[in-house]
Amino acid sequence: MTVALFEIIDQPIDVEQVRQKVLNRNAGAVTLFIGTVREITNGKKTLHLEYQAYPTMAIKMFEQIAKEIQEQWPEAIVAITHRVGRLNISDIAVVIAVSSPHRKVAYMANEYAIDRIKQIVPIWKKEHWEDGTEWIGDQLENIPYPQGKPVIQEEEGKA
Amino acid sequence: MINILLFAHLQELVGESQLKVELSDVTVAQLKEWLEKHYPQLSLQQIMTAVNEEFATDTTIVKSGDTIAFIPPISGG
Repeated sequence: MTVALFEIIDQPIDVEQVRQKVLNRNAGAVTLFIGTVREITNGKKTLHLEYQAYPTMAIKMFEQIAKEIQEQWPEAIVAITHRVGRLNISDIAVVIAVSSPHRKVAYMANEYAIDRIKQIVPIWKKEHWEDGTEWIGDQLENIPYPQGKPVIQEEEGKA
Repeated sequence: MINILLFAHLQELVGESQLKVELSDVTVAQLKEWLEKHYPQLSLQQIMTAVNEEFATDTTIVKSGDTIAFIPPISGG
């Protein structure tokens, strides 16, 4: 059975299933990043979120991120699942699992993956507040990236 | 015919997630202008473009059969 390392799904994410995908006998460390829906952003209360993706391209971008990780840390193995559709407060939006023989690489590659997701993966969130809705953009002051390789900019808060 | 995909607020402005237009051999910039003329509510100047799932520039040539996605600033993760 082939396991898909990169997935966009419209159901709750099973964190353990993502972890299992990166397990192997050479791994001495697995880092898991779990991105969850936050209630208060800049003083404003979120009721729920709605995520939309361009799924086929998003998977391609996940693969590209994995390739970039492979180039920097050949021993790392990465799996990513992102959820779309309606999410409530504290629901899991994204899970990134990275395994490697030693912990440092697993931490670094995992952070690299979430930074890149926020730059190049076509996924959008719509905030539903008490007083209205808005598709959120410009979290990273996005500009076109013809090479798909922008410089890493400052880290943005979660979801 | 060019297949156009719209996401997020662009989709809501137009009321469609997909458009088909009878154009070929135009640049991304020309396609954006054409769309803005036909859908005055659209503003595509600051929007990233993907041609067949690869990020493109305003000078990329679009041919019949291509799929063009307009990608507003992303907010995944």
